[in-house]
Amino acid sequence: MRLVIDQLRGGVPEREIVQGISLTIGPGEVHAVMGPNGAGKSTLAGLLLGRPGYAVTGGSVRLEGEGDPLELLDLPTWQRAQAGLFLAMQKPLEVPGVSLVDALSAGFAAGGRDPSQVGARLAEEADRVGFERRFLDRPLNVDLSGGERKRNETVQLGVLQPRFAVLDEIDSGLDVDALRAVARRVEAETTERGLGVLVITHFSRVLTELQADHIHVLSRGRIVASGGPELAHQLEAEGYARYEPDDQDALPAPGLAPPVSAPDDDPFADPLA
Amino acid sequence: MAPLTVDAARALPGPAWLVERRTAAAERALASPLPTSTQEVWRYSPIDQLDLAAYHAPAPPSAHPPVTGLAEALVQALAERSGLVVTVDGALVHHQGDGLAVTEAPAELLDAVPPPHDALTDLHDAFAASPLAVVVPRGKAVAAPLVVVHVVTGGGVLACPRLVVHAQEGAEASVVEIFVGADDPAGALVLPFTALVVEQGAHLRHAAVQALGPTAWSLGHAGSQVGRDASLRSLVVALGGRYARLRTDAALTGQGGESTLLAAYVGDGSQVHDFRTMQEHLAPRTRSELVFKGAVGGHSHGVYSGLIKVHKGAKGTQAFQTNRNLVLSETAHADSVPNLEIDENDLACSHASAVGPIDAQQRFYLEARGVPPEVADRLIVLGFLDDVLARSPIPGLREPIALELARRVEVAT
Repeated sequence: MRLVIDQLRGGVPEREIVQGISLTIGPGEVHAVMGPNGAGKSTLAGLLLGRPGYAVTGGSVRLEGEGDPLELLDLPTWQRAQAGLFLAMQKPLEVPGVSLVDALSAGFAAGGRDPSQVGARLAEEADRVGFERRFLDRPLNVDLSGGERKRNETVQLGVLQPRFAVLDEIDSGLDVDALRAVARRVEAETTERGLGVLVITHFSRVLTELQADHIHVLSRGRIVASGGPELAHQLEAEGYARYEPDDQDALPAPGLAPPVSAPDDDPFADPLA
Repeated sequence: MAPLTVDAARALPGPAWLVERRTAAAERALASPLPTSTQEVWRYSPIDQLDLAAYHAPAPPSAHPPVTGLAEALVQALAERSGLVVTVDGALVHHQGDGLAVTEAPAELLDAVPPPHDALTDLHDAFAASPLAVVVPRGKAVAAPLVVVHVVTGGGVLACPRLVVHAQEGAEASVVEIFVGADDPAGALVLPFTALVVEQGAHLRHAAVQALGPTAWSLGHAGSQVGRDASLRSLVVALGGRYARLRTDAALTGQGGESTLLAAYVGDGSQVHDFRTMQEHLAPRTRSELVFKGAVGGHSHGVYSGLIKVHKGAKGTQAFQTNRNLVLSETAHADSVPNLEIDENDLACSHASAVGPIDAQQRFYLEARGVPPEVADRLIVLGFLDDVLARSPIPGLREPIALELARRVEVAT
């Protein structure tokens, strides 16, 4: 089973931010999409899962395997999740009064899985990434620190066992030990279950713990370079300057339409900032 | 079926003083105009649709009806209780248990915490079949709750349940009132009045669960008076009724007194849930905290209007008021009007109010875990209301009420 992102375009209303991204993630592969602020990283994550506030303007995101390809963009978010796509959020938000076990049990039940397993699985997964068990009974993310929330996302990944996981800035807020624990857990999923991973990150720090097979550099909504792990080292040393075009509208990208944004808009502005 | 006349009020059984009181109240009630929505306290309400000709006087109860549905579930959940009382259309039909004495209310207790006077309070006084009193004697602590089930028969009856709880100095007790019935199309007009008198150093817990039928009108009053170093913790759960209004007057009359006033409500169809609250601080170092949370679906309407009033001399007052509403459909709406009236400088006071839909990002978060949106909405609404239930003064109510809320929210979302 492969996750095929094919000429994906989209953004926020009135403004296309992702301008034709294509990449294919196979089972067990770890791909990293790296880019500076405003490159479209979070938009990419939002488009893949159908987050409110984002709209797809073109392209396709498919699961391809033995049978007919499954077009995920035709599905509502919850069915994309049921099809095997997971998003670890950059800023996991609080859902007051809704416990982790209730949320995941509802997801299990909707997918025809046995929800009675969820409690025990959560405890196991919490132990694996050092997420305190007492947090499992709390309403989702309520009064958790940034780092605890990231561990919580990883706990959920472990319980839900998706086929593909999008990790949006998974390292932010994590100290070295926590990052290592999270990375080990994700890595185990890739080797043991063939989880395909799309790591979305500004910094290469996460890649020192979670080895990526493929690095893609994102700039202004497009992948401007792809390569192996060495590309991450280069970015670490040099930054993104060489991938930032000098001229605002002269990015060489044959076959791609120019941005639809008005010239006065700041193309680097974070639409969610 | 007797129409609502002076003669019908006079015909209700009771001691001579009560018959006299009812007769006089009926004369006043039937001679004075009903409230109208032009009055500020009835603003946003459908009170102008009230037609007393559609209702008749309560008949003497024939038998103790079976307690079914939600009332049965709650009574079972509160298996450990100090007593069970059942009224039918306001008349006492059943009393079991000797943990707390339940008696006909003496005249002086009936006027202990009177509601602001109008034609409806007179109407209540005229047709209250068995005004009841629970007196918790000085220093006595009763841990298990007294459960009072008020059954309303319907068919257009006027029912006026009345309960006065008097916790004497240093006493401790818990009382749960459950309002059910009137499930038929003719419905009922219910005027439920509860008065809670908490004397010095006493601690009272009270919960009221209103689950009347969908055509019933319920215009209720809950008055409380909390004395020195005493406390009241109360919970209202409002589920039923076509128009269900509760006016809460919570007075803190003694230094160091505290009241916690919680409410959860869920509206659907064309229901109107209407809450008017008054937190009145009359003594130094008193504390009141009010948290009312509701969800409105269908074409339903939520109204909240609350006032914190701090009198001069009530130094060191702490008063908090929160009303939050989740609007579950485009045709539902909620009004929320918080107010402060303060004649003292030395105090901490806050109010917060919110009306809005379910947070789309919260729904997305759950959906991204494979939860269908309608299930996500239900979880979010129940979570929203659960922080009120989690603080229920009667812990045994949390689970059965949560189940009932889940059932109703499923309909409303």
